[in-house]
Amino acid sequence: MKIHEYQAKEILRKYNVITPKGVACFSVNEAVQAAQQLGGDVWAVKAQIYAGGRGKGGGVKVAKSLDEVRQRASEILNMRLITHQTGPKGQIVHRLFIEQGVQIEKEFYIGMVVDRGHQRVCLMASSEGGMEIEKVAAETPEKIHKVFIDPITGLSQQQAEEVAQKIGIPMQSLPGAVTLLQGLYQAFDETDASLLEINPLAVTAEQQVMALDAKMNFDENALFRHPEIVALRDFDEEDPVEIEASKHELSYIPLDGNIGCLVNGAGLAMATMDIIKLYGGNPANFLDVGGGATAEKVTEAFKLMLRNSKLQGILVNIFGGIMKCDVIAQGIVAAARDVQLTVPLVVRLEGTNVDLGKKILADSGLKIISADNMADAAQKAVNAAG
Amino acid sequence: MSILINHNSRVMTQGITGKTGQFHTRMCRDYANGKACFVAGVNPRKPGENFEGIPVYATVKEAKQQTGANVSVIYVPPPFAAAAIDEAVEAELDLVICITEGIPVRDMIRTRYKMQDKKTRLIGPNCPGIITPDEIKIGIMPGYIHKKGRIGVVSRSGTLTYEAVAQLMSLGLGQSTCIGIGGDPVNGLKHLDVMQLFNDDDETDAVLMVGEIGGTDEEDCARWVKEHMHKPVVGFIAGVTAPPGKRMGHAGAIISGGKGTAQEKLEVMESCGIRVTRNPAEMGKLLKSAL
Repeated sequence: MKIHEYQAKEILRKYNVITPKGVACFSVNEAVQAAQQLGGDVWAVKAQIYAGGRGKGGGVKVAKSLDEVRQRASEILNMRLITHQTGPKGQIVHRLFIEQGVQIEKEFYIGMVVDRGHQRVCLMASSEGGMEIEKVAAETPEKIHKVFIDPITGLSQQQAEEVAQKIGIPMQSLPGAVTLLQGLYQAFDETDASLLEINPLAVTAEQQVMALDAKMNFDENALFRHPEIVALRDFDEEDPVEIEASKHELSYIPLDGNIGCLVNGAGLAMATMDIIKLYGGNPANFLDVGGGATAEKVTEAFKLMLRNSKLQGILVNIFGGIMKCDVIAQGIVAAARDVQLTVPLVVRLEGTNVDLGKKILADSGLKIISADNMADAAQKAVNAAG
Repeated sequence: MSILINHNSRVMTQGITGKTGQFHTRMCRDYANGKACFVAGVNPRKPGENFEGIPVYATVKEAKQQTGANVSVIYVPPPFAAAAIDEAVEAELDLVICITEGIPVRDMIRTRYKMQDKKTRLIGPNCPGIITPDEIKIGIMPGYIHKKGRIGVVSRSGTLTYEAVAQLMSLGLGQSTCIGIGGDPVNGLKHLDVMQLFNDDDETDAVLMVGEIGGTDEEDCARWVKEHMHKPVVGFIAGVTAPPGKRMGHAGAIISGGKGTAQEKLEVMESCGIRVTRNPAEMGKLLKSAL
């Protein structure tokens, strides 16, 4: 799960991380009031969307007067912000963050992720602040310093100091950097974060170490113990189809193609998309109905796929294990009737009670194209979708 | 010999009183030597009870002492599952198979940390389990689709593994052992660990390895295969069409920062001498051609 920059900063401040003073706003008037209240003579007007690359997309502007705050805020609020992470459709800006300007001496990069190989949280630090870390990793990997954090002792003072020195934090700012780094790790650990990025981290003219930006993602599997984070969920940022899918505990991801896939199991679902592509078609979605798919779940899955106006065919690929093919077949028949299917439907069943399942489909009177194996199913789906 | 489990394994179920635990314990007990192999259950609140004749103990330690169980399978709900693994590791079991899906990564990091230098091996979490066909099944896979044979199967997925097994079966190829190592980012045995076991197993002639996007397990395994493996290995990677930055069902199936793409994995595997197919309908055929 993702949250906005201003929400991440609010969390981090509780862990002794220093940030510029700022106020989240939902209207232009609020933005001007916020700037007034913050005081000073320079402000940053920042679009609040989950996607990165906001600055380059024109979603972050500096204002040097209250009039300019008003002007910038009205430009950014409700704009369709397109960045390399939003895709061509972009994201409408519904929230702004007004921050006090700070005088920056030098910028750095700090990131934390779970390293799968080491099975620990990895702190990544670099002198290349403001740059995309993937780019730094590809071009100048020697500029990224990593620390694998012991889950019991946490990030030690010595480790924090060493890495701060390596990226070139000035001597007099080291104590501040250590406090910040230790605070970041504690926040990451205690909130069950899956990603934390401070880019840039700044040393200010007053030698203060400050998080100018903040990005936090959280482990979905741990949200049950963080109601305070669940409460931050912004539905404007999510695809309505994905919201609907999550209500029915379906794992659904829309793609660009025209052949919908309904599969049990994530690995088989990916393989089904792959084989559609291999046979010259394009998958319209990833959809895993899970191990315990019921007739109701299958019906909801069909409805989700049919929301896609580009859909020209559906491929159902089920390997019945514990889930029996006859039960799934009944679900498919009920769903196809319920939604009054208008696109060709190819069904491949395998596994427990497969013959019974196939008979139910054949006897249903519905126009269902039956397939014997994955290759046959993919070929038939691609042909049927034209 | 098969790998990790055989008819001499003695298994306890942690979470035996839940609906899932009961259903699958029954299915496993009814498979091949299951009746002799499934000897205990654990539930701290229900010691002294029994599930269809299988005694329930308060702790893993007690279940081990009383029945000689050396393997555990876990169906405990996600908030408590990592602690269940810890308990099995503390009791020095040989093998723990965690079926539970949805364990927080933070819990698994701590559990894996505590497992350092311990004898217990972990399969999963978020996995279908392990089966040595016609001998013993520990997990949720349908037993009847398998048959005893000489092909090893290792995979991060559930139903895609069943698909692979069905393809092998249609070509008359039985399996020595099939292992689902699970779809989570922080887990126990990896492709590499299982490959080493298959390499040393007299009853395995060749290995089918099924991977998916995310992480670098498959690449690490491929590099080891190039240096050490003396049996044919073939592979398939799911997710060539998966978009970056999206979690494809499994918590660990995500391309992040340009890393963990199917294309990259396939290329590394090929460069290490592993024959791969990009067609998931041809996993069985490819394996047969490599024999």
